[in-house]
Amino acid sequence: MAAFQELVQHYNSWIAIFLMVSGLYIVVARGNMVKKLVGLGLFQTSVYLIYLSPGKIIGGTPPILSDQYTVYSNPLPHVLILTAIVVGVATLALGLALVVRINEAFGSIEEDEIFEKDVEA
Amino acid sequence: MKFDTILRVGTKLLLPFILVFGLYVQFHGDYGPGGGFQAGVIAAAMVIFYAITFGLDAAKRAMPPILVETLIGLGVLLYTGVGVVSMLKGGEFLNYSVLEHDPVAGQHIGILLVELGVLITVFATMTAIFYSFAGRGR
Amino acid sequence: MISGNLPALQVVLPLFGAILCALARRGWLAWFIALVVSWIVPVIAVGMILQVLDSGPISYAMGGWTPPIGIEYRVDLLNAFVLLLISAVGAVMLPYANLSVQSEIDEDKQAWFYALYLLCLTGMLGIAITGDAFNAFVFLEVSSLSTYAMIALGKDRRALLAAYQYLIMGTIGATFYVIAIGILYSMTGTLNMVDMSNRLGDVATVRPLFAALAFLTVGISLKFALFPLHSWLPNAYAYAPTFATAFLAATATKAAVYLMLRFFFAVYGVAIVFGIHPVSEILIVLSILAMFAASIVAVFQDNIKRMLAYSSVAQIGYITLGFGLANAQGLTGAIVHLANHAVTKGALFLAVGGIVYRMGAARLEDFKGIGRQMPLTMAGFTIAGLSIIGVPGTAGFVSKWYLAIAALEQGWGWLVILLVLSSLISVIYIGRVVEMAYFREPEGKALEARDMPLSMMIPAWVMILGTIYFGVETSWTAGIAAQIANDLLAGVQ
Repeated sequence: MAAFQELVQHYNSWIAIFLMVSGLYIVVARGNMVKKLVGLGLFQTSVYLIYLSPGKIIGGTPPILSDQYTVYSNPLPHVLILTAIVVGVATLALGLALVVRINEAFGSIEEDEIFEKDVEA
Repeated sequence: MKFDTILRVGTKLLLPFILVFGLYVQFHGDYGPGGGFQAGVIAAAMVIFYAITFGLDAAKRAMPPILVETLIGLGVLLYTGVGVVSMLKGGEFLNYSVLEHDPVAGQHIGILLVELGVLITVFATMTAIFYSFAGRGR
Repeated sequence: MISGNLPALQVVLPLFGAILCALARRGWLAWFIALVVSWIVPVIAVGMILQVLDSGPISYAMGGWTPPIGIEYRVDLLNAFVLLLISAVGAVMLPYANLSVQSEIDEDKQAWFYALYLLCLTGMLGIAITGDAFNAFVFLEVSSLSTYAMIALGKDRRALLAAYQYLIMGTIGATFYVIAIGILYSMTGTLNMVDMSNRLGDVATVRPLFAALAFLTVGISLKFALFPLHSWLPNAYAYAPTFATAFLAATATKAAVYLMLRFFFAVYGVAIVFGIHPVSEILIVLSILAMFAASIVAVFQDNIKRMLAYSSVAQIGYITLGFGLANAQGLTGAIVHLANHAVTKGALFLAVGGIVYRMGAARLEDFKGIGRQMPLTMAGFTIAGLSIIGVPGTAGFVSKWYLAIAALEQGWGWLVILLVLSSLISVIYIGRVVEMAYFREPEGKALEARDMPLSMMIPAWVMILGTIYFGVETSWTAGIAAQIANDLLAGVQ
């Protein structure tokens, strides 16, 4: 029972792990390049949860000094993840741009079809 | 969509409010949730909205791609410029406290300018991404 | 004012240059800006290495926020060494870029290419200089994203595929790194590397720390292409513009290797990393596999850029072998090889770049009779090739010598034999090219080929002479590396 409680208490980690693994699975298993990027996005997003969920304290306020409040949430993870989101957006934009160019150059965004053409080229 | 009156008028009505909301998010970022990133995306949404209704060419006339590409650089230039100025004034890179005589005022000015740089760059980058995707294959 | 702000200038200057390049829009102007920046940056690095040698590590509080709360730029001997290595390689190579880039990249994209190059430089210098674990991630992505775009500018349409593959693998690697930092942050409550290493000892449950270590190792290994994770590298190097290939081969993997070095030996410490789990054994096995498998694959490559890329994977094996041995000699060997491989591989790719410039491609048959038509270029290729093999008198020999001593110190004679055997394989793949160049009759385009122009020849020969210089005069590389290795193993912060 104690072990079960332990498992349930860390539900935020379980959600993050589930998202992470499914994202990674999509990246590996799908041949469609856009779908791969979707998986990559999911994978990156799951990491945001790893940072954000321990940063929140229930009942904690934003870290603005005031006599009335004594419990503050940690703002640093949010700042870090803001940066990580920007990096994620840049990666996704660049990835999609590459897929567009690949589609123009090869006429397909399916990996197996492209590799067939690659052999001909 | 070019000839739909309701859409055309509705779009024109909404555009200034989108920009004002963007600026609100920008300047409210000093005291609450907000800041250059979000404001930049909202402002870029204005251009994208305009392009969807009136067509890409109209949007490119209003916001020329060359200007957009220059703005990307200028935003970062403003950001690093603030850092360089604070170095010239004897502080560390991006140490806003030395920008004014009063450190608190310096921090205010510093973060405002830096966030302005972020706003410009994010706005221009988002618009540029939209232009390069939307202009493809025509 | 200037001397106090050197750490910030080291990163800000190339960033500034990148913006100017993007605004310049003209290829030659952007090249000139990049040239000026690339030549100032190593001067800053030299200034810092002198300061460090004189008065110990430099700590720089970004934005005036004192560490460990703010982001700290921390320069000790290891950082300064890597900074100097990366910036010096950039400075030597950039004059080469002008003609090479003109011949390979469209006119309207040249300014963007230089902006990307400077951003990549910014990122790598940032990785090397920052003392903040998350900041290192940001710089890692700055350099990686610009690298993807640089690769995609290659002429061949397969460059796009290579860039896409690298983007997927690189992002997974970077995300693994972020996961590791997240775990470390929630366990220690700090992002500052020095502070983190101090607090690691107080952490009660050590299991998450090892989870973080595993994520970290896999993530960074993806970035520098440790053997089974190297699949992105050959295509990326083969299809990227030649200048980008040469620059990346010499520097990009080095910055990631530095990050691993920092986490293994400075943040975690030898005792934790190697003392409890068989990390050392895993690294040594993977390194040996890399040395052999990648070298053997290299023998069968037809595209010479691709062959050298596989050779890079093998050479990274030597570096990680030094990590795995985890004694002073091994670590010295690894750090020396970091520098020596950068110089050697840079020289090789610059020489191959000359052949691409004249012949339009670098397939094996393009090398037929080149030895007579382009004598200086090919002589340079041969000398740098000897350094890859590890012939005494060249840089490659020095690092392999240290690794061999380290292996003997552990009492592993068989490892020395493996080192020699793997070098013999590199004799084959370098030998194939040399044989083709000197003992075949030139035909077709090769009949008109001449040596590459002076602006390309000088950078290539500076690197080539570097391989000889560092093979004879080892006080700069090996001397400093030995000091770094001792500091790291002793846990000096």
